[in-house]
Amino acid sequence: MTEPLLKIHDLNKHFGGIVATDHVNLEVEKGLIHAIIGPNGAGKTTLIAQLSGQIKPDSGDIEFGGHSITGYSVAHRARAGLARSFQITSVVMPMTLLQNVMLAVQGGSGHSFHFWTPVSEDAEMQAAAMASLAEVGLEDRAERIAANVSHGEQRQLEVAMALAMKPRMLLLDEPMAGMGKEEGAMMVEILNRLRGDMTILLVEHDMDAVFSLADKLSVLVNGHIIATDTVENIRSNHEVQKAYLGDGHA
Amino acid sequence: MIGFPQSISGRVYAAILLILAPAPFIFEWINQPFYLDLLSRALILAIAVISLNLILGFGGMISLGHAAYIGIGAYSVGIPAYYDYYNGWLHLALALAVSASFALITGAISLRTKGVYFIMITMAFSQMVYFTFLSLEEYGADDGLVIYSRSEFPQWMTMDGGTSLYYWIFALLLLSLFFTYRLVYSRFGRVIVGAKFNEQRMQALGFNTYRYRLVCYVISAMICSLAGVLLGNFTGFISPDMIGWARSGELIFMVIIGGAGTFFGPLVGTIAFVLLEEFLSLITVYWHLIFGLMLVALVLYGKGGIHGWLSRLDRN
Amino acid sequence: MDWNLLITQLLNGLQLGLLLFLLASGLTLIFGIMDFINLSHGSFYMIGAYFCGSVVAKSGSFVAGILFGLIGMFAVGALVEWFIARKLYRADHLDHVLVTFGLILIFDTLVHLIWGAAGMAIPLPQVLNGQMTLGDLVFPIYRLLIIFAGLLVAGILFILVTKTRLGMLIRAGASNRTMVEALGININRLFLIVFALGAAMAGLAGMLIAPITEASIGMGNDIIIVAFVVVIVGGIGSVKGAFYAALILGLIDTMSRSYLDALLKLAMPVTYAETAAPALSAMLIYILMAGVLAFRPQGLFPPAGLK
Repeated sequence: MTEPLLKIHDLNKHFGGIVATDHVNLEVEKGLIHAIIGPNGAGKTTLIAQLSGQIKPDSGDIEFGGHSITGYSVAHRARAGLARSFQITSVVMPMTLLQNVMLAVQGGSGHSFHFWTPVSEDAEMQAAAMASLAEVGLEDRAERIAANVSHGEQRQLEVAMALAMKPRMLLLDEPMAGMGKEEGAMMVEILNRLRGDMTILLVEHDMDAVFSLADKLSVLVNGHIIATDTVENIRSNHEVQKAYLGDGHA
Repeated sequence: MIGFPQSISGRVYAAILLILAPAPFIFEWINQPFYLDLLSRALILAIAVISLNLILGFGGMISLGHAAYIGIGAYSVGIPAYYDYYNGWLHLALALAVSASFALITGAISLRTKGVYFIMITMAFSQMVYFTFLSLEEYGADDGLVIYSRSEFPQWMTMDGGTSLYYWIFALLLLSLFFTYRLVYSRFGRVIVGAKFNEQRMQALGFNTYRYRLVCYVISAMICSLAGVLLGNFTGFISPDMIGWARSGELIFMVIIGGAGTFFGPLVGTIAFVLLEEFLSLITVYWHLIFGLMLVALVLYGKGGIHGWLSRLDRN
Repeated sequence: MDWNLLITQLLNGLQLGLLLFLLASGLTLIFGIMDFINLSHGSFYMIGAYFCGSVVAKSGSFVAGILFGLIGMFAVGALVEWFIARKLYRADHLDHVLVTFGLILIFDTLVHLIWGAAGMAIPLPQVLNGQMTLGDLVFPIYRLLIIFAGLLVAGILFILVTKTRLGMLIRAGASNRTMVEALGININRLFLIVFALGAAMAGLAGMLIAPITEASIGMGNDIIIVAFVVVIVGGIGSVKGAFYAALILGLIDTMSRSYLDALLKLAMPVTYAETAAPALSAMLIYILMAGVLAFRPQGLFPPAGLK
């Protein structure tokens, strides 16, 4: 077993009287696709927000690549190699897809206090951005404005931007959200191609997608992780079925 | 930038620059020195408006206090001149240093806030500058300060005389236009523009947007202070009246008339503003009414300002 | 210590504070509920003074001037809301700044056209013109009346906001606009009433001050900025916050103008103190606002329900 890339130690978060994250412990191994599933209101969004740095936990520690990143800001975590996509598409809408991905390349390559050279003349950066677009199959859409492409393509752009940062790990917040069957299948294919090269923590509602993608599954219920195991074992886990999947699914 | 522009808007802007370059000689030829004054004033303001456009148009930071930096620039000429220090390099250095420090301190506080709070806090800081100069009896307080002689530079780049000063103004105008152009298309500029539209995403990409904005704010303030240095030299008289919040409101107005977030919008908007002001005030003392109505109409019906209008011509 | 001066200054501070409250309460509601920045709120202050002055000149009655002034200002506010503000609630703040900056120009010029460039004095009835003595202390009766009127309006507004159905909607609107809309309330009418009410209160402030300063063009353009400071310091959308902040700022402004130089002379050479004091006292409220924004951006008394 390889050393885990991301370690979450005893993470807790309360909002008033509501427990959103309850003693969460989790390890994500390098090179695996690790999915977190759970019913609505289980605290998946809050957990992601704590991992990406938008929300500070009440207690507990997040360790990434051997360093504690709990005190890091959103931007600092991103620079440390933890790239994310958003559940609700969040790209720079008035820019082209290429410009969006170039921003991500910029974000992943040192500071941007360069005031003089036009980005458009930076062939190296363009090539890197095009490569990321190609990874998600958007290379022929590069010059389109982000606001004018389809929802599915915007979701793919999200992934391309995360990849373009050359991160050590991807944090994907429901990448299939709002997608049709065909678009969803496309996304599964894209993520499957990344298997082995990239460590991915995936939060997803689409069960078929999760079962076909994940190397490992964690089940979050009421802010607590009740089980972490392989897909087969989770499917046959009675506690999980009772808490979450229900009769129809299993 | 190279080659004659193909679009209508590009041609209009190129024509404007071509007319501006020999303007003093044209006015001399037709014997209308007053027009040179008018144009000089317009172009000085245009530099300030270009600097405001950098943070407002490209960066989405709506400052209602940018006139403070015109004031800082102008007093950087006026106060040394009061003590008989006329060295132009000193004036320029002082203006840049003071505006940069003031922008760094106030920007560091202001940029912690967003939206309407940012508008109000920038206004508050400019009011502080306003009241400071208003209460400095030594430097004339609300009566202002007369500058008896222009900033001194080596002979070949002197500011003395209307034509010389005009070319100072024109040169700094071109420089600020070119500088913002390079800036906006650089890596830095991309971050600023990206943060205007989606700050959350920019942070997730690893950008500390606060720091980039602060640097942008300081750069903008420094450019604006140059306009102040020129204005002090041009009018030969400075007063706190240059700094009041209504002045900052006018600067925003000029950005919007021309088209926010475009390169030539501020220049065109400022020229339009100054010419209109001059023209309307000749016809009627009630010209503010027409101005006000135009402003309301501009917001309700005229999206994108003059640049937006020219671009629509392009598309048709 | 000159007690007479101190008490006079305290009353002046209170008077300024209450005038600021009349301006800021409407401003903060318009700001908080409609998310609309109205720079031209100061024009209502000016127009109110001119309305009142005209009626007093015709009728000779100050009370009639106030009454007709209030009705007139309610109408002006409603017109501005109906024809301009309403179209821009969902637009961005830059548009608000521009449009209302334009309105200032329009209103200033209209006043110039109608009433001329010179100011307009408003004579007070004999009863209000005198002074009241209490031992050694002398108070101008009219200033006491301003304070009384300010407190009265503050009281009425407080009851309106906390005890009535309209007030319930206003409070709900300030903290959660979607909820009010979801309740099926005619939101347009609510906005119209709030805007017009705000205009009437701003107008009242102008009517009250005009007999002392006389009505003049642009009289609202400086005080409106201070009113904005009050709104920010008090917390956007909070009438209670506006009340406390207005009194605090009114007192700070007045007291610092008369006592700051004495205070500074304790700490620095006299000549420095005499230069620094006026500057510092003029800046004090802006320094306070910058401090509040830097450390407590939601204001000192944010309306309940706002995070």
